[in-house]
Amino acid sequence: MAPTSDIIAAAPARSSASRWNQRTLAPWLFLAPGLFMFVVYVLWPIVQSINLSFYDWNGLYNQDGEFTGTFVGMGNYAELMTDPAFEVSLWNNLKWLVLYMLALPIGLFIAIFLNQTVRGIRLYKSLFFFPFVISQVVVGLMFAWFYAPNFGLFYLLTESLTGKGTAILADPDLVTYGIIVAGLWPQVAYVMILYLTGLNNVAPDQIEAARLDGAKGWRMLWYVVLPQLRPATFIAVIVTVIGALRSFDLVSIMTKGGPFGESRVLSYYMFEKALGEYGFRMGYGAAIAVVLFAIMMIFISGFIWKMWRDETER
Amino acid sequence: MVHRKAGALALAAALLMSTSAWAQDKRVVTWNADYDPIPLAAAEAMIADFEAANPEIDVQMTNFDHEAYKNAIRNFLTADPPDLANWYAANRMRPFVEAGLFADISDVWAANGLNEALASSLPSMTIDGKQWGVPYTYYQWGIYYNRDAYTAAGVEVPGPDGVTWEQFLANCEAFKAAEIDCLTTSSLEQWPVAGIFDYLSLRTNGYQFHSDLAAGKVSWTSPEARAVFAEFAKLQPYVSEGHAAIKWQDAAALLVQGKAAHFVMGNFAVGVFKEGGMTNDNLGFMVFPEITAGIARAEEAPTDTTHLTSGAQNPEDAKAFLAFMASPEAQTKWNAAVGQLPTNKNATVDAADPFLTAGFESLSTATGGIAQFWDRDADAEYAKAGMDAFQQFLVQPDQLEAILERLEQTRLRLYPQ
Repeated sequence: MAPTSDIIAAAPARSSASRWNQRTLAPWLFLAPGLFMFVVYVLWPIVQSINLSFYDWNGLYNQDGEFTGTFVGMGNYAELMTDPAFEVSLWNNLKWLVLYMLALPIGLFIAIFLNQTVRGIRLYKSLFFFPFVISQVVVGLMFAWFYAPNFGLFYLLTESLTGKGTAILADPDLVTYGIIVAGLWPQVAYVMILYLTGLNNVAPDQIEAARLDGAKGWRMLWYVVLPQLRPATFIAVIVTVIGALRSFDLVSIMTKGGPFGESRVLSYYMFEKALGEYGFRMGYGAAIAVVLFAIMMIFISGFIWKMWRDETER
Repeated sequence: MVHRKAGALALAAALLMSTSAWAQDKRVVTWNADYDPIPLAAAEAMIADFEAANPEIDVQMTNFDHEAYKNAIRNFLTADPPDLANWYAANRMRPFVEAGLFADISDVWAANGLNEALASSLPSMTIDGKQWGVPYTYYQWGIYYNRDAYTAAGVEVPGPDGVTWEQFLANCEAFKAAEIDCLTTSSLEQWPVAGIFDYLSLRTNGYQFHSDLAAGKVSWTSPEARAVFAEFAKLQPYVSEGHAAIKWQDAAALLVQGKAAHFVMGNFAVGVFKEGGMTNDNLGFMVFPEITAGIARAEEAPTDTTHLTSGAQNPEDAKAFLAFMASPEAQTKWNAAVGQLPTNKNATVDAADPFLTAGFESLSTATGGIAQFWDRDADAEYAKAGMDAFQQFLVQPDQLEAILERLEQTRLRLYPQ
């Protein structure tokens, strides 16, 4: 009865093989589609951008399909160091980062204000959330008209108050702040929604206990409510930082980086150098992209580190 | 035959198949273009005329969206080159010539006597002593003005010879007193300001100096360059405030409404002025006033061109079509339909259109030379640095030294001495 003994002998081996399949292979199989996309559309372009930033290339292949760029080593980065337009863009990015953080207190304030039960509160909530629903391009256009010289509402308002209209987007000192205000409008709505959901989860018994102990107003907010809102705050900080760093659409729609480049941010400057009408310096654009990526990595690794720490502490 | 990129792929494929079935024994010339509706209709008519004269050739045009074309051409010239491709003259075509993507067509120029017939465009089509394309249309730049604004401010309307520079500035003072912007412009798109600078430079120092300036051969801190900015400074107080935040169409609206008197613009803007309600009675055109006496008058006239690609499948028939495009008959018809000026000096323009007539007159008597426009004469990166500077000077004239210093640094980096 040789076949039977073979089966008996083989059975444990097969089951351990299938267990190996289940434990080791299956996760990778399930991960494969995602990993594939991540490698092809995220990791590989990052590697390519970094590689490209060492070349001087106008984006053209020659007739035979050969790459026409020349290797310049750190040349693009050396040029960035002395490029005044890059410096302006970097400072503007910093202004965006700092001022965009205003979305947190304003959003929190509106969320607390709206977190009450009166007639029609749902309508008010959706009205406050409305700016986040419309596209950034539309927000940019609306604010551009709002600020527009000669017919814009803001211009006419300043004209009637001071006798001389202020065209924010034509003023090199004010232009970046004008765009940030436009960006804050939807960002505040986003943060507000995050805090509103957070406020739903604040434990009522703790509020009750604090009230019995005599806490109210600011002390109640600071010591009782805010600590419970920490997860919402964490997410709000992340989306606000990333929103500030990738602020491209508003700049492009409202000013095209002008006047004379005073409202450029890194992402727009990269676009202008690499893909704009007077650009096609692919290597230089890639170098700007690498710098922007490095700045983002500081924040992103910070967030990842914090999340990892929270999970292992639990 | 015209295919549109916007159409569904299946439709395009069906059209292609029907074309090949219908034109089996014809030799095909492919042409990639970037026309708006009116020029597209004119180009279709030109193709029909050519095919009527050459029944054995079938010209197949693929029309792209104007803005998308600027990126598309960089791909299709390498990946899937057509026989012919539209582009622009002077430095704008240089990257494609240097990458070997446009073909030398000096033989077409020589065989058809184009060196004489297209003499005004010859310099802008020549790189390394060879010609790289055929110019088929250009349009003049100059000062468009609102006669009603003159009446409102009580200023005498310029005669057919225009005004002197001193008179122009004196008029500006009068317009300012009447609370009318003497000169409107838009620097949201920076090129309208480059038009003003080009004219100031051409009128102050002449064509050759301007050409050298755009080519990075002369210093921005030279007395001649400073002289241009000195004239710019005289004009600066009279330019519409807020120009950095408005589109050129919005600036055109200021002119139409009589809130501004002058606009330094290209002839394509006439359509916008007229849509806004202006007529030949209150819209005027004059050439930019002379500044330095005795300098041969040069004008701006950006030229649109068609090129033979290096990867062309059917270069012989494509060259025949290019020669047809350069002919006075084809250029007269195309430009009459579009409302622009033919580059062939033997072509004619519609005498009933005062702006075309004035433009043809002004360009054909411009003994100083024809400039292409700042962003086509200068290398792309240099052009951008220049336009940033012109715009900044209009906003912050007191920053002149810093502006010139930065421009000079850019020049020394791009053109090491």
